[in-house]
Amino acid sequence: MIEIEGITKRYDATTVVDNVSMVIEPRTIATIVGTSGSGKTTLLRMINRLVEPTSGVVRLDGADNRSVPGYQLRRSIGYAIQGHGLFPHRTVAQNIATVPLLLGWDRDRIKARVDELMTLYQLDPQAYGPRYPHELSGGQQQRVGVARALAAEPNVLLMDEPFGALDPIIRTKAQEDLLAIQKRFGTTIILVTHDMEEAVHLGDKIAVMDAGKLVQYAKPAEILARPASDFVETLVGASEKPFRLLSLGPVRDAVEPGGAEGEAIPGDATQRDALAELLWSGRPALPVKDADGKLLGRVTVEGLVKRAARPQ
Amino acid sequence: MKAWLPALLRLAVLALLVVFITSPGWFEPLLKPLTENGAPAIYNQGSLLTLTLQHLRTVLVATVAATIVAVALAILVTRPAGAEFLPLSRSLVNIGQTFPPVAVLALAVPAVGFGEKPTLIALFLYGLLPIFENALTALTTLPGNVMEAARGAGMTGWQRLMKVELPLSAPVILGGIRLSVVISLATATIGSTVAAKTLGEVIIAGLISNNLAFVLQGGLIVAALAVLIYDGLSAIERYAARRMGQGAE
Repeated sequence: MIEIEGITKRYDATTVVDNVSMVIEPRTIATIVGTSGSGKTTLLRMINRLVEPTSGVVRLDGADNRSVPGYQLRRSIGYAIQGHGLFPHRTVAQNIATVPLLLGWDRDRIKARVDELMTLYQLDPQAYGPRYPHELSGGQQQRVGVARALAAEPNVLLMDEPFGALDPIIRTKAQEDLLAIQKRFGTTIILVTHDMEEAVHLGDKIAVMDAGKLVQYAKPAEILARPASDFVETLVGASEKPFRLLSLGPVRDAVEPGGAEGEAIPGDATQRDALAELLWSGRPALPVKDADGKLLGRVTVEGLVKRAARPQ
Repeated sequence: MKAWLPALLRLAVLALLVVFITSPGWFEPLLKPLTENGAPAIYNQGSLLTLTLQHLRTVLVATVAATIVAVALAILVTRPAGAEFLPLSRSLVNIGQTFPPVAVLALAVPAVGFGEKPTLIALFLYGLLPIFENALTALTTLPGNVMEAARGAGMTGWQRLMKVELPLSAPVILGGIRLSVVISLATATIGSTVAAKTLGEVIIAGLISNNLAFVLQGGLIVAALAVLIYDGLSAIERYAARRMGQGAE
């Protein structure tokens, strides 16, 4: 659990982060959204003390983050940034081994962990381990960057626009990978982004920052349904709201009894995908199957449209 | 054919140089036409090999000392604690460069006496600036996100310096050392005016006795050394840069 209490950062006269308090539950993903200059990155960097707050406290599992030296604290917290920041003079395996090496793990344990993470990220340890970062594609570099952040099995992972430099297709894949890995390791993740779509997709809770202040901190559905201010409303994008709302739930939850003609849609696709498919193919209903191919029922345009309405 | 031609050329220059300084007698007929009144065509007041080695040793000692001091200074002024010394160190090193080497020699002789010492002082002062400038450039233009990642991973200041900053700066620092070595190779010849044992001795002897053959052989050896060492260090630099993924490939 991460507790941020009344944290403020001032540079001379400018207040970059203004008295922000929030609690991030363990094993969840919190996304911080805001425009550039809203203080979201500074807020993130105060958690691992890359920036020292002017006032306020950050507690990790109850312990003040100032109770150990900054470098020691940072070894226990994963940190992934935009443009990955891989060490160009070190191989992929050495890059991933950075923090375990600093912590003094023995060789076998480091190697086992590096191999595990590389396999998890679909990078063959034999083929890619000895390569240098510049020999990888952008998507691969990004995966190595996240693998490096996770190498020392941190409970908390901080991510600063980690997918910002990726093209849309690789980006979607990277987001799916992150969700899968979060599930697997149970890591608490705080992710900074300027993309509301990403924030809604990844976040269990979303924190909206504006001019250094925390404007709203709530579940995605709540942010969509009841934006706390005009700023949040603009950020959500008025015309996007119903679709974003639909993108929060899997088709499985919208299934109605009965059958339908045509190709089935998997139960874990989002309701937004289902609606898009229905509208595009001009059909009134789609059959829904689960992962084993068993028929679950059908989704209808009518049913989905009801679900896209503002929650009461 | 294009790929091996430069390598072959360098090898030929190296072979020629080695043969010339070990058995200069073989080249006597070649240089004889440049002398007058039956003067000797090959330098005869000392072995060319010994002079070459002493010349190289002088340059090496001065460059190693200059490298250590310049890099240490550059590291110091790029730490947060030393930042205020940046302008001061810059001007100090610049002063070292504005003094003509001859003036440094002339001033150093009364202080430390004739011989190798004043030459070493001049070469050291002269070698500082290129290395310092390059080290400073390298250390202040490191990629921001890499440094951010190094801090975020929990490296201490010392670990960042040793594991990230210096390795990444190596190609540019090497470039400074290369410049410094070449300048020193040439400047070392002046050291012979204050009785340092360098190849300048051959050139000066030639100038005094109006013997063109002496001047030419002294000058050519220094030139060949400079070209070969410059090339060698460039190759190391390119290798280092390629390792960093900065190679111009």
